[in-house]
Amino acid sequence: MYIQGIGIVSPWTGHGAEPLIKDDHFVISDPEYKRWIDLQQIRRMSRVVKMGVAAAHMSLEEADIKLPDAIITGTAYGCLADTGIFLQKMVTQKEEMLAPTAFIQSTHNTLGGQIALKLSCHGYNNTFVHGNTSFESALLDTQFYLTENPSARVLTGSADEITPISHNILSRLRRYKRKPVTPSQLLDTATIGSMGGEGSAFFVLQGMKDDHSVAELKGIEMIFRKLNPEQSLQAIIDFLKKNELNPTELSLLITGRNGDIRDDSQYELAENSIFKNLPKAAFKHLCGEYPTASSFAMGIAARAIQTGQLAPEMLYSGLPPKEIKNILIWNAQTNMRHSLILLQKC
Amino acid sequence: MSSGVWVAGGGVISGIGMNLSECINSFEAMQPGMQEMEFLKSIHHDTYPVAEVKASNDTLASMADESIHWSRTALLSKIAAKEAWQNSGLGDISNYRVGFVSASTVGGMDLTEHFMEEYLQDNSRGKLRNVIHHDCGSITDLVAESLGVQDFISTISTACSSGANAMMYASRLIKNDMLDVVIAGGADSLTRFTLNGFNTLMILDTEPCKPFDENRRGLNLGEGAAYLVLVSDKIAAEIDPWCRLSGYANANDAYHQTASSSEGTGNYLAMNEALQKAGIEASDVDYINLHGTGTANNDSSEGKAIMKLFGNNIPPLSSTKSFTGHTLAASGALEAVFSAYALKEGILYPNAHFQTQMSEISFSPLTEFLSNQDLQHVMSNSFGFGGNCSSLIFSKDF
Repeated sequence: MYIQGIGIVSPWTGHGAEPLIKDDHFVISDPEYKRWIDLQQIRRMSRVVKMGVAAAHMSLEEADIKLPDAIITGTAYGCLADTGIFLQKMVTQKEEMLAPTAFIQSTHNTLGGQIALKLSCHGYNNTFVHGNTSFESALLDTQFYLTENPSARVLTGSADEITPISHNILSRLRRYKRKPVTPSQLLDTATIGSMGGEGSAFFVLQGMKDDHSVAELKGIEMIFRKLNPEQSLQAIIDFLKKNELNPTELSLLITGRNGDIRDDSQYELAENSIFKNLPKAAFKHLCGEYPTASSFAMGIAARAIQTGQLAPEMLYSGLPPKEIKNILIWNAQTNMRHSLILLQKC
Repeated sequence: MSSGVWVAGGGVISGIGMNLSECINSFEAMQPGMQEMEFLKSIHHDTYPVAEVKASNDTLASMADESIHWSRTALLSKIAAKEAWQNSGLGDISNYRVGFVSASTVGGMDLTEHFMEEYLQDNSRGKLRNVIHHDCGSITDLVAESLGVQDFISTISTACSSGANAMMYASRLIKNDMLDVVIAGGADSLTRFTLNGFNTLMILDTEPCKPFDENRRGLNLGEGAAYLVLVSDKIAAEIDPWCRLSGYANANDAYHQTASSSEGTGNYLAMNEALQKAGIEASDVDYINLHGTGTANNDSSEGKAIMKLFGNNIPPLSSTKSFTGHTLAASGALEAVFSAYALKEGILYPNAHFQTQMSEISFSPLTEFLSNQDLQHVMSNSFGFGGNCSSLIFSKDF
């Protein structure tokens, strides 16, 4: 399938900018929401819905379409802020005098529903909520939908937010570093924990290539068996083979390195063997660690293919690629599961 | 590419039974599952009847052969998925390319509520084991691991249509030859979060609900889990399947975040497209398992959409939520299991508590349990918040 438009709301706004940090974690840089959402709604919508609606609109604008045929969303945590508000009030007010707004907006498909409502889109609408593979599940569903409806255009994306409660709990679970570091130090700290992040990325995808196509989304794979480094190396070779590519034909490897020694060690064997001579990039030092961060990676990778240039901030090791043709995005997760996304110049 | 997707088996746990046959017996005996809350601790316990699974977490944990520290949602999920697998007769799960696709809206919220009691007083307190499975996906992972499913795992959350959407995704995984077998369905336990949420919307009935009755006053919440074992043509050829999942569609009402449009635009689109996908006419449908929540809004919109699509050919129809309550993400899965089993056994389910014909629509629901029915095609509707409308069609034309 082909990427026709990209919309990103993230802590990093692109080459030359510093990622936005609040205390010890990444936070999104708010776009000018009023371009797409009326003021009254801006006040009422939670951050995760706003960032998602904005990213969706940006991707539609680039693809130059008003109405997609389907809307498919991935979010690991859904609407955390509204869930937190309703939960907090329910507990502290002992189930009395509660207002419906936060509950209504806490549903995981609030974003998908709001986009449909705003666009008057009566088409297929689905929401995947499976942790680190929420976005990839949505991409796979998009591929299925486009197989059944070859001329359709699908709006597919993800959004996840960080809230004070989620940040606190994930810190207690040792997902974030005890001692704060700066984004530029994050990938080289070799200690336990990463930095929290958030964001939304949306894409317009279609089955056929045309003048608007930004890049081809060549393959997606989610691996649910827990793999050790040798097995993950083999899984990547198999995935590339299935997509008729040799490891040497890649222009760039983008890994989900997040500065957590437990996660990063999973990449090393492949990085030092089949990908030894390949330039390597990273993205979580620009957006932080969150379950649907791979959508941000797909957005900036597709942009690199389109422009033929890799933002220097993304480079992790090696020399910048001379020509950008094939990019593999590899996200290894704490539970030893993996996801792979392959993009190709078209 | 596999052209067909078949039902090899199914399992259910709900307020009317700990397994599928107990549920069917309750329909036959006209025994809905709504009672005063026994296991959920809420200040609303004597105001709103609910259809609870009649077992404590300890009992469920021993049925599921899992830890008592699991979320009730995960325990329900494991019990129903295990039953579905067992009665599929497929044997050793490691012999197949198998996936687990589960729907949930609350995930581990039942435990998060406990966690919050302590956490909100001091954010360094609260047992972390009560919050690590908060998100819906981690509940699916727990159960998938326990079932031995490793090839594909996913979770869907589109409010009250989630369970039906899980069936669609599962169906596509098989049709695209990624998997041979998918255990697909959903699970939701009763939580104070959802009970209070629906209470703020003022759509809970203080009496047992009366779907498609002129004097309906709202829904009753329920809890449960249900799964179908869906298989490819290749596997189906070696077994005696219940029926086929022949059609499915999802459409969006795009009208309001929680309410349905008065004419049921999304409902109509979903039903109509599901018929097209199944390659049948409205007049071929022998039974509709209604979404039928018992709210003024849902039943009116769904009813009008059915009248528009089916005209004067309205088949027998009923809302099994009048027995199980509204089990949210599990509801589409429960009703898919009931629909598929209706075809297998030639039975139709009654709609409880129906008394008065709705003035806005021309038909009324079936009020008695019927057996020895010759059924070819059954439709199951599920509509949810966010305008999310889904319709499934099961067929026995083989």
